[in-house]
Amino acid sequence: MLETAVFVIRRDLLLAMRRRSDVLTVLLFFVIVVSLFPLGVGPEPALLRTIAPGVIWVAALLASMLALSRVFAQDYADGTLEQMLLSASPLSVIVAGKVLAHWLMTGLPLVLLAPVLALQFDVPQNFLGELMLSLLLGTPALSLIGTIGAALTLGLRGGGALVALLVLPLYIPVLIIGAGALDAAAAGLGAGAHLLLLGAFLVMAAAFAPWVAAVALRIALE
Amino acid sequence: MLEAIDLQCTRGERTLFSGLDFRLRGGELLRIAGANGSGKTSLLRLLCGLLAPAGGSVRWHGEDIRRLREEYWGRLVYIGHANAIKDDLTAAENLAIACALGGHRVAAGALRSALDQLGIGGSEHRPARVLSQGQRRRVALARLALSEHSPLWILDEPFTALDARAVDIVQEMIASHVARGAAVVYTTHVELEIAVAVALRIDLGAAAV
Repeated sequence: MLETAVFVIRRDLLLAMRRRSDVLTVLLFFVIVVSLFPLGVGPEPALLRTIAPGVIWVAALLASMLALSRVFAQDYADGTLEQMLLSASPLSVIVAGKVLAHWLMTGLPLVLLAPVLALQFDVPQNFLGELMLSLLLGTPALSLIGTIGAALTLGLRGGGALVALLVLPLYIPVLIIGAGALDAAAAGLGAGAHLLLLGAFLVMAAAFAPWVAAVALRIALE
Repeated sequence: MLEAIDLQCTRGERTLFSGLDFRLRGGELLRIAGANGSGKTSLLRLLCGLLAPAGGSVRWHGEDIRRLREEYWGRLVYIGHANAIKDDLTAAENLAIACALGGHRVAAGALRSALDQLGIGGSEHRPARVLSQGQRRRVALARLALSEHSPLWILDEPFTALDARAVDIVQEMIASHVARGAAVVYTTHVELEIAVAVALRIDLGAAAV
């Protein structure tokens, strides 16, 4: 069972290596959106430090959403998804493998890039650790929640816009807690409580999202 | 072993067929015939469990397949209309993925010989995007050469896009599999004589209105 999930992860990563432009689009989008704010609001360091957590988190959230439609769409179009539904392994395990691959391709690079981009906002050095940790816990949760939306809108006309309407409200708790962690860290209060909450959210999403997405996929293919 | 009991299929407002009963045992070949839109593919998807019947049930050894789920799917090989081939992967990689999703890992040598059997051994390291439609279909069908253990094959238009030589190869593979005691269900618009002991046929007739 886990062997199939590992195989799906390797397959999706291999496909991403052969279509690097898909991954680079997400990263470039993240870089550009984060970089636009210092240009737009001006060079005032205090203001930039204040808006940094929200800007970085919203950009990460939008970048994560950008690649969502691709999670299942290509497999749906070429018939691979049918084979996944008829696999001897549970579909939820395959979906979990696909989410992990999606996060490794789109979420993890954001986590690694964020500290570099945060320098544009004149944030203190000790803020960078919390930034990475909050994104490390938050972006997989975004991928998991987003997968449900991608599965629910599979094959629908205008699915790309619909997935945004479905998923963005569900992202709000992660956004509030994630950005809150950075605000707390910046205020010297410590981000521990927020990070624990993000961790709890991630565990809950990991437990339920693959299963819900699997049910949605079966409905979509009927 | 595979049974359809009072099976009914509706798509939207249309009833494609209803009251369909049949029983398919090991060593039997079943051809689903009918006009375009008569519900052949829908019937195959019902038999796989991809589609829920509007009425009746599909049973495997007496158990409803919607209850058996992975236990049934682990025994089934389904080659659909779409080839499930990725343009960016090579023929061998595509075949390895199809087998892995079916629950078995296959050595590189076995992949090569399966592709050889379908007459595309020389293309194993070429990306699928440069293969013709017929060659892509052969890659999808090469999975059959690695699925001799499977007691049930369900094949949707397996001969589409194939040349005469490939049609012969696939016919031989189907006949051999049935001779081994497995059951095969397929649809085709091509009138073919596959040499098996028991060949059944269901005609779904004209397209539903």
